[in-house]
Amino acid sequence: MYAALWRVLPGPLWLRILQVLVLIALVLFVLATWVFPWVDTIVNSQESTVGTP
Amino acid sequence: MIGVIGEVLITGGVLVFLFIAWQLWWNDLVVAGEQASAANQISQQWIGDAQAASATPAPTATNTPTAVPVQTPGFGTPVVSVAPGEAQPFAVLYVPRYGAAYSRTIAEGVGHNVLNSPRLGIGHYPGTQMPGEVGNFVVAAHRSANGGGMHLINEFQLGDPIFVQTADGYYTYRFRDLEYVQPTDVGVLAAVPHAPGATATDRIITLTSCNPLYSTAERIIAYGVFDSWQPISAGPPAELAAIIAAQAAG
Repeated sequence: MYAALWRVLPGPLWLRILQVLVLIALVLFVLATWVFPWVDTIVNSQESTVGTP
Repeated sequence: MIGVIGEVLITGGVLVFLFIAWQLWWNDLVVAGEQASAANQISQQWIGDAQAASATPAPTATNTPTAVPVQTPGFGTPVVSVAPGEAQPFAVLYVPRYGAAYSRTIAEGVGHNVLNSPRLGIGHYPGTQMPGEVGNFVVAAHRSANGGGMHLINEFQLGDPIFVQTADGYYTYRFRDLEYVQPTDVGVLAAVPHAPGATATDRIITLTSCNPLYSTAERIIAYGVFDSWQPISAGPPAELAAIIAAQAAG
């Protein structure tokens, strides 16, 4: 999967590394902005009250 | 094929760790900043409203001579407001032990709509007393994640001030002791903690949160006793005044 991605990236080594870093940054941004906030509403939130476990 | 499945599984594992890191650190920091600035905003609004009210005396007040309030050192009995509707903010909490930049809005109710909100963060247990009222003013906040309003609750020292600001004034409580209870122990919510039905004579504040850190196995309870009160027109207590001024300046 990742090997195939590496093969389709064009350019010399330094340019490929740069592209991978940009892709990782993009994925992290999408995760932190949309995916994780959505997951947070689904997974059991940490309760901090008494009487409502 | 096996290699692809392996990579997918590893990616899934990394995503789970990324989510935990996001929830406990990144989003926690972001929400903490949002909650503090929202609290500053509402605090400054109350201070501004009070100054505007005192700057423009009501014309009817001059016609009806009222007794000049005697400036007692303690400002008398604290004003007690009525609890607002669900998720409505009514107070701001300042705890110097949590840091000079710490402030959080207290709203009615302890649901996720209050505790997880980026503009609220601290919930008042409905049915418990209000700030300054004889009995028990009980609030809850997260220990970690969602702004972690009670992250440092275990670091309280005897006598630490706990300031509650409302539209009416400033209520100063002093930290007394910590307690660790089961999540089901609603005795801490009683007007006299663990003595339901007893007649309250003291004004206390109770903070509840999770224990241990990053777990929900137990609840950590911090009790504070009422120390003093001053109306919003009299300005905040000296120690709090410095904190509010610094936070307003950014």
